[in-house]
Amino acid sequence: MRKFVLNYLVPRIAQYILVIFLGVTLTFIIPRLSPNDPVERQVSQLMMSGSHVSPEAIIAMREALTEMYGLSGSVWEQYLAFWGRLLRGDLGPSLSSFPTPVIQLLATAMPWTFGLLIPAILISWIVGNILGAIAGYYENNRAIQIVDILSQAIRPIPYYIVALVMLAVFAYWIPIFPFSGAYPPGTRVEFSWSFAWTVLRHSILPLLSLILLGVGGWFVGMKSLTSNIISEDYVVYAEVTGLPKKRILSQYIIPNAMLPQITGLALQLGLIFSGALIMEVVFGYPGMGTLTFQAVMANDYTLIMGITLLSIIGVATAVLILDLIYPLFDPRVRHQ
Amino acid sequence: MLAVFRDLLRYDGRFRVASLFLMLTLLLAVLSWFSPYPPTRTFMTPQDLPPSLKHPFGTNSRGQDLLWWMAFAVRNSLILGVITAVVSRLIAIFVGLVSGYRGGFIDRALMSANDSFVVLPVLPILVLLSFLLQGQLSLVTLALLLGLFGWPWDARLIRAQVLSLKERAFTRTAVYSGTPPLLLTLREHLPFVLPVVFATTINNMLWSIGMEVTLSVLGLSDVTVPTIGTTIFWANQHQALVAGVWWWLAAPILVAVVLFLGLYLLFSSVNEFIDPRTRLRRIGA
Repeated sequence: MRKFVLNYLVPRIAQYILVIFLGVTLTFIIPRLSPNDPVERQVSQLMMSGSHVSPEAIIAMREALTEMYGLSGSVWEQYLAFWGRLLRGDLGPSLSSFPTPVIQLLATAMPWTFGLLIPAILISWIVGNILGAIAGYYENNRAIQIVDILSQAIRPIPYYIVALVMLAVFAYWIPIFPFSGAYPPGTRVEFSWSFAWTVLRHSILPLLSLILLGVGGWFVGMKSLTSNIISEDYVVYAEVTGLPKKRILSQYIIPNAMLPQITGLALQLGLIFSGALIMEVVFGYPGMGTLTFQAVMANDYTLIMGITLLSIIGVATAVLILDLIYPLFDPRVRHQ
Repeated sequence: MLAVFRDLLRYDGRFRVASLFLMLTLLLAVLSWFSPYPPTRTFMTPQDLPPSLKHPFGTNSRGQDLLWWMAFAVRNSLILGVITAVVSRLIAIFVGLVSGYRGGFIDRALMSANDSFVVLPVLPILVLLSFLLQGQLSLVTLALLLGLFGWPWDARLIRAQVLSLKERAFTRTAVYSGTPPLLLTLREHLPFVLPVVFATTINNMLWSIGMEVTLSVLGLSDVTVPTIGTTIFWANQHQALVAGVWWWLAAPILVAVVLFLGLYLLFSSVNEFIDPRTRLRRIGA
């Protein structure tokens, strides 16, 4: 047990802290390296809006903004204050919907993103792995070869384009799914069967696009892992003893081949998350992706900062959770 | 090299399709040099004409022939992909070789940095970056930035290869004959690693060109430069789908699908060619 903690747990948690440290430091440095001063930008934006502002008011505003962005004091003081605010969960007020705190906007958007993303990842991972294992084991099956070709054809296309095509086909050309959003505008958000049904109906198309893109990668990976494993001695032995093929697949091949796929999932989470953000923009789904889009459109600097920070922490935490449950699947790690 | 190319063409269907698709995209990119007018000019043709013999991809609401526009777009997207690939390859090779050969503390430090970069969600960080650079984010800058984020997957792969090469006899021979470490890995290990680097380069281009599409669609890159992403950006700005100008979106989607499928099939074909196990299985050993 002590060995497990020292060799497995401690490095994982250290890595987690490092990722967050690096990500937060990057988000701190980037705006300070940029040639554009966000304060000046905000001020000039206000002046361009046409209303007359007195010079004293501009100076006062500049000071207020400098304070709000945490740009006062030396770089070290700024950096420490940056961490302090982050640890207190204070990401400042949103500029476009002033004075709503950024954290509140994120809190309303996050459940939508995770509600879509978690089922999508789980379904595509499980379906992709099962199909991939079957494809690797029964190499000459016609039906599975078609799945192979299809998944390889969709896999390389960027998320945005797949989502756009799905939207054009299933909401515009053959309108069987709603065009955008998570529910029709004006619907009361409540806990009722009819509302749940509306939300479900709106989520099918984005969910389907995420799954469609996800399955291919897991399928290809699992297929090649399986075709490497079937020549291992223990599989050959199982075959010689005359065990049913289904049992060999489900008890000898899949439990071993899926271990690298769990690690793979941890490595892909950042990419999948980024893809889901852009997916939301296409479908107008009210999660963090759409929030990012609105923040960019409205020049809302604090909101973009908040989204970046939270994305880094969110993805890193998800990876840590995956790392922590990994020993449940791999006895070699458990019994060190 | 030529013999390998011929064999792949003869025996691998994916390689044939990939060559055809990539040839088509390259042809389109080359066409850009024969364009009758520069891509920044608008209202050179009647607006919103559907695809016809005279305008194979149709024309858009800004009065541009989509064929010429797409020619520039594909050329720029490919340039971006190549620059990003070169930059991230240089970092990946350096980190992978040093980490694999030196081992010890340097290895552990480089690999934890590497793993952190793998986990970081690149899109929000790039959104922040391009938001701050708005207007000043040229195609080349974007390519360089993507290069800074696109190396960690391959660095790990290269390191794994070097770890096994390090144990081979020729490495020891080189050490005993007094070759300095950096020169040794560059001269002795790099040639073995290059095939993997080539395969992952294609994968990296898929990633960077896709990333450009995402950022441009959000309006975060220089939208006056034609790329696959900015084409979609302008189509969205003019609400092409609602206005019924579907070919404005169909053109970039078609070109992107052909390009991405071509690159991906090339990647999986080359990847399989490099891996001897799959080749042995194919001939039934």
